[in-house]
Amino acid sequence: MSDVLKSAAKLAEAVRSGETSAADALAASSSLIADRDDEIHAFLHLTTERAQAQAAAVDAKIAAGEDAGPLAGVPIALKDNMCTRGAPTTCSSKILDGWHPPYDATVVDRLEAAGAIVVGKTNLDEFAMGSSTENSAFGPTRNPLDTSRVPGGSSGGSAAAVAAGYVPLSLGSDTGGSIRQPAALCGVVGVKPTYGAVSRYGLIAFASSLDQIGPFAHTVEDAALCFDVVSGHDRLDATSIPEPLAPTLTNLHDGVDGMRIGIIDELMGDGIEPDVRRRTEQAAEALAAAGAIVDTVSVPATIYGLAAYYLIAPAEASSNLARYDGVRYGQRVDGANVATMNTNTRSAGFGDEVKRRIMLGTYALSSGYYDAYYGKAQRVRTLISNEFAAAYENFDLLLSPTSPSTAFELGAKSDPMSLYMCDVCTIPSNLAGHPAMSVPFGVGDDGLPVGVQVLAPMLQEPRMFRAAQVLENAAASGGAA
Amino acid sequence: MSDTTETKQVLPDGWEMVIGLEVHVELATKTKLFCGCANHFGDEPNTNICPTCLGLPGSLPVPNEQAIHFAMVLGRALGCSVEPGIFARKNYFYPDMPKDYQTTQYEEPTNEHGAITLPDGRVIAIERAHIEEDTGKSTHLGGGGRIHDATATLVDYNRAGVPLVEVVSGPEMRTADEARAYVAELRDILLATGVSDARMEEGSMRVDANVSVRPTGSDELRTRCEIKNINSLRSLGRAINYEARRHVDLWTNNDQPTQETRHWDEEGGRTTSGRSKEDAEDYRYFACPDLPPLVPTAETIADIDSSMPALPAARRAALAEAAGVAEADTLLAIERGLDGLACETIAAGGDATAVMKHVDQNLAEGQGKLTSASFAALVSMEADGALSSTQVKTVLAELVANGGDPAAIAASMGFEAMDTGELDGLLDQLIADNPDEWGRFLEGDNKVQGFFVGQIMKATQGKADGKVVNQLMRQRAQD
Repeated sequence: MSDVLKSAAKLAEAVRSGETSAADALAASSSLIADRDDEIHAFLHLTTERAQAQAAAVDAKIAAGEDAGPLAGVPIALKDNMCTRGAPTTCSSKILDGWHPPYDATVVDRLEAAGAIVVGKTNLDEFAMGSSTENSAFGPTRNPLDTSRVPGGSSGGSAAAVAAGYVPLSLGSDTGGSIRQPAALCGVVGVKPTYGAVSRYGLIAFASSLDQIGPFAHTVEDAALCFDVVSGHDRLDATSIPEPLAPTLTNLHDGVDGMRIGIIDELMGDGIEPDVRRRTEQAAEALAAAGAIVDTVSVPATIYGLAAYYLIAPAEASSNLARYDGVRYGQRVDGANVATMNTNTRSAGFGDEVKRRIMLGTYALSSGYYDAYYGKAQRVRTLISNEFAAAYENFDLLLSPTSPSTAFELGAKSDPMSLYMCDVCTIPSNLAGHPAMSVPFGVGDDGLPVGVQVLAPMLQEPRMFRAAQVLENAAASGGAA
Repeated sequence: MSDTTETKQVLPDGWEMVIGLEVHVELATKTKLFCGCANHFGDEPNTNICPTCLGLPGSLPVPNEQAIHFAMVLGRALGCSVEPGIFARKNYFYPDMPKDYQTTQYEEPTNEHGAITLPDGRVIAIERAHIEEDTGKSTHLGGGGRIHDATATLVDYNRAGVPLVEVVSGPEMRTADEARAYVAELRDILLATGVSDARMEEGSMRVDANVSVRPTGSDELRTRCEIKNINSLRSLGRAINYEARRHVDLWTNNDQPTQETRHWDEEGGRTTSGRSKEDAEDYRYFACPDLPPLVPTAETIADIDSSMPALPAARRAALAEAAGVAEADTLLAIERGLDGLACETIAAGGDATAVMKHVDQNLAEGQGKLTSASFAALVSMEADGALSSTQVKTVLAELVANGGDPAAIAASMGFEAMDTGELDGLLDQLIADNPDEWGRFLEGDNKVQGFFVGQIMKATQGKADGKVVNQLMRQRAQD
């Protein structure tokens, strides 16, 4: 790994001070991608021209003595479900192959305004539906730590791009764990912010009430830096939180002394591999050693999270993905009339997992089934929110494993249900709209990284990042040995 | 409303119509419901479009505050309770609907439970008035002008995302005239509140009629058909009557109508079958996750109520009260926007009957520069016999055109009331010249009265007051 690309905070500082340039940082990143990405396949497309122009603009600003921003010259990768003007944005689906959005997502505007350099678009499970990045129409991504393994998903490309050292930062999207689970499997930090903290404008929707954009980074500090840049109210997203958000970077190193932290009992059971459970317990010990008051807490409805999620997310997806009908953009497969054209286009354009979820969601919303499926799932969602609220009366933060296991081999989970189980620990936060993040904490029996999940109440990212920083420090000083 | 749709009986004895109307009203906002594109009719196709109203991947809707405000104003004008509203998605595939779902309101509409009071006093319930986005416009080439057999379809998305309120009545109208009166009343409410320009021909007010029939006096609701493509009040009446007759024919021939959408064919004067039952859709409504609920505060509703302009029903009642006439006799004054002037003129001492007569007969072009004070003064001069009715009309026209003082205008025009003595002389002469006519008048033939008045008017170049001449003639006859 190129040293310059290890830390976004340090790189931005070096660029601002003239120690290095945005152009050099970009060249280093491009060279690493060229060397290794044929094998890893983190990227679907590189936005080289745009990156070079942006790097030149940053360097010109610095030469002119202007402030080039908190991410000056930092190369960053974007999951390919975020719109980039004039550049491919495919969602890893054939149905969007060849479509170039006429606009940038809000996060892209904010990153570039902060001086970041968008180097390319990363691979994902088609329309973010999956937990291994094997469901991509353009081939799977491999885990840079062990290329026989998956990087997790659906933001596997963005996790791998950071883990491979191509870029110090990337953005993913998390609907049921799609940032945190690949972060855990790739040994990097991954953050799912409070619903509404980061604008979804320009994020191609999977399940609108659950989707959130968040960062991947090597360090908690870089993740906090990136979160502070991309978060905040956006008038283009009606679900964006209007109130100003507290910065996470300011008190990042204030520790957890006196914080009450609860280990979620239901997420430490048989479904979780013993080595992952052990690391989670060690993480709790590390927090206690730093002054936190640690106990276990029961959040019983979390066990119904998976079932509720697999009704709500597909239901929303069935509606969100209706627009890919061949009429206006993307792929079209002709037919005798418009209905046949729609059917032909969608049959050829969507992969099996996407079709499966569209059918599930269509069924869940159908007249006569709505109450039993979608309606009931919404009630479970409310129940989970209420139970979290009750738990947070006694605790400042909650703790659990991020993923039931470390990275598995490509092709190992061929039936959908076993893949769905990967998100059992991460889904409850999406249903509640709460923030949660995964921090690397040691390795499993197979030597692959384990991620520990820190969960926080709505808008309590600053507190969450502080605990994550304590865990990072503890892991670095042998606490996860 | 002068059409004579119902001068003859529409349905055979023993049958009555059950009519409910769904009226789509385009709100007169500058921009669309969920984006900043212009809400403007008649522009070049696909020029008022953006990622959001094209439903491009990643785009998101943001509610237009003006549209929401207009919708709530309309709700209050219709007497609805304005409740927290939730946007829902109505899912179905159609090329002119960019997202393949329509953002509308379903279980929790903004406006519910209102009513429209017709000029004849009947009250028609409004079930709901919900907010939704319009679709684009398809033009089908080749085939029969329908999508099924088109060789190509052109789609214009300028209209996609234009804000609509759909006003849904109860199935409470019983004749085509009543349906037309309801639509006319709704149009007047829209114009009074300024929330829509309510032009049926341009499609900014689109009426779909749900029609069924039943034995008179029954309270059952039989199978209904929804008639679309109605572009005027006249078509509305014709379409309803056609459809109701068709239903009676079916029921009386041991058959029955099929629940379906039918299109009004203006030239053929008939409805034709549209979407068939086999295509019946399950719209899979659910709350739109991109849009938070619309929650009006008590303050917002109070503000809307306190700034509500006078609505047609209240204006009719006020004028009827002031003029001492039936509400049905105030319609022309309301339509001409002269009810305020009439009320003020009457309050200023103008004779109500004379004021209403001039409003209905002599002020078709509107008020112009006429004030209530000058109007009242003119009406008094007329009552006093200072001016003839012909002179009053002339002075009134001058007041509308340029304003001023009626007495001064009358003087400048040389209008002075004829001396009664002078008229007596003229009448003597006329009687002498036309003994036969006078004889008939004395025998009670009132028609001949007009002859004498006309001759005197001719002789005085209109300066004589017809009423005074009549009076003089009656006096002579009694003498």
